[in-house]
Amino acid sequence: MRIGLDIGSTTMKCVVLDGDGTVVYRAYERHYSEITKKASDMLGAIDREVLRGAPASLVISGSAGMGLAESCGIPFVQEVYATRVAVRELAPWADVVIELGGEDAKILFMDRTAEVRMNGSCAGGTGAFIDQMASLLKVTPDEMNGLAANSRRLYTIASRCGVFAKSDVQPLINQGAHREDIAASILSAVVNQTIAGLAQGRKIEGNVLYLGGPLTFLSQLRASFDRALGLTGVCPENSLYFVALGAACSGREEEPLAEAAKRLSAYRGEGRASTLPPLFCSEEEYLEFVERHEKSRVRRGALDVSKPVYLGVDAGSTTIKMAVIDGEKRLVCSDYQSNNGSPVLMVRRFLTDLYERYPDIRIASAAVTGYGEELIKNAFGMDDGLVETMAHFTAAREFMPEVDFVIDIGGQDIKCFKIKNGVIENIFLNEACSSGCGSFLQTFAGALGYKTEDFARLGLFGDAPVELGSRCTVFMNSSVKQAQKDGASIENISAGLSVSVVKNALYKVIRVSSKESLGRNIVVQGGTFYNDAVLRAFEKEMGCEAVRPDIAGLMGAYGAALHALSKGREKSTILGPQELRDFTHEERETQCGLCSNHCRLTVNTFGGGKKYISGNKCERPIKGKNAGEDGNLYAEKRRYLKALMEKEPPRNPRARIGLPLGLSLYEMAPFWQAFFETLGFETVFSGFADRETYLLGQGTIPSDTVCFPAKLMHGQVQRLLDRGVDAVFCPCMTYNFDEKKGDNHFNCPVVAYYPEVLSANIDWGDTLFIADYIDVNRKRHFTGKMTEILRRYFPGLSAREVKGAVEAAFAAQRRYREEMLRRGDEIIQRARARGRPIVVLAGRPYHIDPEVSHGIDKLIASFGAAVVSEDAVADRVKPFATSVLNQWTYHARMYAAARYVGDFPDMQLVQLISFGCGVDAITTDEVREILESKGKICTQIKIDEITNLGAVRIRLRSLFAATEHKEGSLCR
Amino acid sequence: MPVKNDRVPFTKAMKKDYTVLIPMMLPIHFEMMKNVLQNEGYRVELLQNTGPSVVETGLKYVQNDTCYPALLVIGQMIDALNSGRYDVERTALIITQTGGGCRASNYIHLLRKALKKAGYGGVPVISLNPAGLERNPGFRLTLSMLHKFIAAAIYGDLMMLLQNQTRPYEAQPGAAQALVSRWTASLSAGFNRGVGYRRREIDENLRKICRDFAALPLLPLRKVKVGVVGEIYVKYSALANNGLENFLTEEEGCEVRVPGLMGFLFYCCDNRLEDARLYGSHRFTAWLTGFLLRYFERMERSLIGAVRENTPFEAPMTFYEMKDAVKGVIGYGTKMGEGWLLTGEMVELIRQGVQNVVCTQPFGCLPNHISGKGMIRRLRNLYPESNIVPIDYDPGATRVNQENRIKLMLAMARERMEQEHPEREGEAVSVAEAVPAR
Repeated sequence: MRIGLDIGSTTMKCVVLDGDGTVVYRAYERHYSEITKKASDMLGAIDREVLRGAPASLVISGSAGMGLAESCGIPFVQEVYATRVAVRELAPWADVVIELGGEDAKILFMDRTAEVRMNGSCAGGTGAFIDQMASLLKVTPDEMNGLAANSRRLYTIASRCGVFAKSDVQPLINQGAHREDIAASILSAVVNQTIAGLAQGRKIEGNVLYLGGPLTFLSQLRASFDRALGLTGVCPENSLYFVALGAACSGREEEPLAEAAKRLSAYRGEGRASTLPPLFCSEEEYLEFVERHEKSRVRRGALDVSKPVYLGVDAGSTTIKMAVIDGEKRLVCSDYQSNNGSPVLMVRRFLTDLYERYPDIRIASAAVTGYGEELIKNAFGMDDGLVETMAHFTAAREFMPEVDFVIDIGGQDIKCFKIKNGVIENIFLNEACSSGCGSFLQTFAGALGYKTEDFARLGLFGDAPVELGSRCTVFMNSSVKQAQKDGASIENISAGLSVSVVKNALYKVIRVSSKESLGRNIVVQGGTFYNDAVLRAFEKEMGCEAVRPDIAGLMGAYGAALHALSKGREKSTILGPQELRDFTHEERETQCGLCSNHCRLTVNTFGGGKKYISGNKCERPIKGKNAGEDGNLYAEKRRYLKALMEKEPPRNPRARIGLPLGLSLYEMAPFWQAFFETLGFETVFSGFADRETYLLGQGTIPSDTVCFPAKLMHGQVQRLLDRGVDAVFCPCMTYNFDEKKGDNHFNCPVVAYYPEVLSANIDWGDTLFIADYIDVNRKRHFTGKMTEILRRYFPGLSAREVKGAVEAAFAAQRRYREEMLRRGDEIIQRARARGRPIVVLAGRPYHIDPEVSHGIDKLIASFGAAVVSEDAVADRVKPFATSVLNQWTYHARMYAAARYVGDFPDMQLVQLISFGCGVDAITTDEVREILESKGKICTQIKIDEITNLGAVRIRLRSLFAATEHKEGSLCR
Repeated sequence: MPVKNDRVPFTKAMKKDYTVLIPMMLPIHFEMMKNVLQNEGYRVELLQNTGPSVVETGLKYVQNDTCYPALLVIGQMIDALNSGRYDVERTALIITQTGGGCRASNYIHLLRKALKKAGYGGVPVISLNPAGLERNPGFRLTLSMLHKFIAAAIYGDLMMLLQNQTRPYEAQPGAAQALVSRWTASLSAGFNRGVGYRRREIDENLRKICRDFAALPLLPLRKVKVGVVGEIYVKYSALANNGLENFLTEEEGCEVRVPGLMGFLFYCCDNRLEDARLYGSHRFTAWLTGFLLRYFERMERSLIGAVRENTPFEAPMTFYEMKDAVKGVIGYGTKMGEGWLLTGEMVELIRQGVQNVVCTQPFGCLPNHISGKGMIRRLRNLYPESNIVPIDYDPGATRVNQENRIKLMLAMARERMEQEHPEREGEAVSVAEAVPAR
């Protein structure tokens, strides 16, 4: 008898093979991280029921079994390898195997090259990912599968990791998109991720085998793979057990199973995990802590219908909070609910209830804040909306007038702000990458089989909390896995997670280096801080005592109510009892056709013909066709490039040269267009990117953590190949234009050398790819080099012709540059004349691409601000010393722009940062330093393939609100 | 415009009583280089502090998205200052500065930023570079120092090469390590007396080292050979790569091959010539680097000759052989970070029969997207037998994940070995094949 035991991240699988290789026993169980116990139980059962004491060979496999097996003297095989062994035995006809597990995704190519791929450590898990998404939809994965069967359309959901996807899915839920469609979109996101992340340019074809939990249980996931791959894969018998089967097949030496089980149950971990001091040393310490925080209580009162009251609503991403206060700012009524995916319904229920209990209630004013602000405001006729950051600040000031720092950890995001002289001086919001902190704890508690509150309480008295690091939550997932393996107790894991949430907020979001830099008067709020373990971890980490209001989770709503009160209204426009009874809410979905984004819109219609549109990236569908295009240099640049790309090609061209619009070619499009046109070539541009572009090229991307603009290049090139160009031109450029702004004029490594990657990973067929190394700063050498390169393929070209083309190219580049400088200048002057704020949206030239910047420029413009790019003002300052090496052309412009903006009160700088950009890790700090030295708020937006603009909107609105606030207070 | 000039210089007065701290990367090489500095009259100490507090300190004072090596090097230095072991009023730091389009050129500035944040703004930082950037009155990189550093690199490379090829097979566990320690000590003592870095002395020492290693009693075992390439710090530093070499040799029973430091020095100089060739720039620097390169070549010949003549072990390719081998795979213009050298080292390993390669990189390392991960597909097409696994290192990545992927690569490697040589791994083979063949 041969036994294979597969210990995965969440489940444990076991098979027993008899002498003929027939499966005589199999078991599948969730292990809830009690690995050794479950394993020895499982083996004990087999020993009693199947083997009856006979010896057998045992081999362990699976990520959670690593180390454990070796320490117990049991043979181990790596899980992907085990799958390979099993497939060779049981399904030798298979060409490709796709296996999704709890946290891993794998593709095996079964031919002689035997390539095997596993997801990178950044790609998160797939089974866990599906679980997490299902819990967002409040269904089981099985139910999600059922929903997906009835979908009608797909939304774009970023699938790189759970955190990204979550910030795409949550707004869809909140906007009332159909759950069927969301479910199907989630599954299709998994498919895209698997193909993009793992195929890495190798085509998946032939006989495909589907293995692992998700693919076994979810028929729609299989269907989704079938569609994407254009074939019909097979999910074989025992598809859950292939790893275990492979392990069993690898067995060689037999021993009594009871012995192995005994060794397993005696295993106590190696204690390799590093630990932290306990949160509380004693019961007394805890009691003292509780007593201290008891003191921070909001004043409460009874609801007196004879006096006016003020309503505040905080429609958050996962929860909805409502607070009613009286004229003395006393809280008279409140509610805190999960929004169940339908904030409108929850607010309606609350109001109905309120009106029933107090028929004569007089709501003088009502304000709403949070993700669902616009929707709720429109639905119920609320008087005001305000951005969340302002709501939280207003509430915090009520508890501690001298507050100088507020930190709010909610379900999905972290908001912090520093206050100086009564105004918000700086705002920190988490990027999509580290968000999900509160709900992460919740999800984790659920995964381990606990309620969130119980789970948190366990952590209070963990004697040695596990050190789990302070990175993205997906990384934490595997840290937890490791801790479990090392035998950490559930108490210590819980405490460790609380500490991680805090460290994430402090070191990743705020980037604090000393407690003094936060100020002395700290208010903590947000639902997550109800968790005593998190609060304690925060105080310990910062070495301070913070104030946690007893309404920590209600602060947004309370702040909104205070805001409503401050408006001094007599009567609110909010729906009355009768109107509320007649209230109707209908959702209709449609696709916006006003620009190439083709946003899927949800049109909400409420009683009385009121309408609210959500799902839009820009304000066009609401404010008209040209919203966001005026006073926007980004739009001007796109118009210029569009005209360039639509230029009539020369008759009888020498050849058709394809230029992929991205990276260094973005800014130099006029240059190369003129160059090739002068030489009599037809230039074919790939055009602006869109979602399709990305999907078109995703199969050939070798590194899943490279920046999004680089990934788009694969699709751009594919487009050119599809158009049948004769050659694609995309030179390697170590150096960019020397603009004499810094110490050197490099391109970043990706911009400089990405053509090498394109060359090595794309199937070029007969198409020529010209990717030589060139430098445009030495015109003579450049001319010679270009002549040499081109004559290799077009021997008829003369050096003279090339010389003329080079001149034309430089002239065209100069024209473009001058034209844009002039336009930028006009925009700034016009804005100044009209008293409009000016935002310098500082990025790289390729950030003007609509798919890269996701319409952020238009969003800013729709707030009434003028938008110019960094190069529009970068020339206006003399070269200056920076505290880092200023050696990249594009980045030098950003430093210069930041320096310039600092001198003008009507200018703000918003920096666009590409996810995964190593260079930006340096520039972000430097730009911040330059801006802050002039007392400016530094707003940085990390962009990726992510499409949700909700968080960006909050950031920008906070920036504008804080600026107004600041100016207001200066006037006073 | 230069970088802000408010740095604390390292003065002549400081040379006498300041302790200069060196971050650790390659134990053998750096130990000897430390002794070179000591011999020049500096008080130096090689940092040995590791553990979670180094990472923690790094995370606290360095932008978290900055590459892992910067985070670790800076973390290690500030952690040392925090430890109380040094009088911070009398301590200086030293760090290399390479220049080039990779963000690594910014380490020194990030270090200064971090020092200010941590309250050590007064601690001077010395930039170690051959290009004359950032002069310090109390520290001069003299020709004789450069000479000795290069000698240390050659000795280090040779011992690393021989240790890697003997340690897995040694009959007496620890014998190879002991030999390395003995030679490091004796060479360092030599440096102190001013001997051991002349051409003839180097040749003589290289020969002796080779003979000593060749005399080690080895067991006739068959082991999987695994190459380690990647970003220079992560590739070499056990702190950064979670003890990768140890994991591969001790836990997995492999023979590890790590390309030497000289290749990187070669590559740095050669880049200048390539720049001149590709873009037509400065003749003078080209002449100067040409001189250095010829010197390196002489050293390289000595090393390879010593190995070939005195041992049964495998010698590395010469730099130019490797450069030639990578032609057509990636352009020589790829010169940021490890650039084409990284791809070149993979090709060298594969051609020498080490088809199993761990390609290490810090998470989000830009040059590695190109010359590491970006080239794997092309290498696989060219060398179907290659078995390369890219591994990301950063503060959040766990050993479980990394080791799991490496184990997969090893499982494939073992399967191939079994197919080619049906004897089981680790088992004795005939004595003729015993020692890894040349």
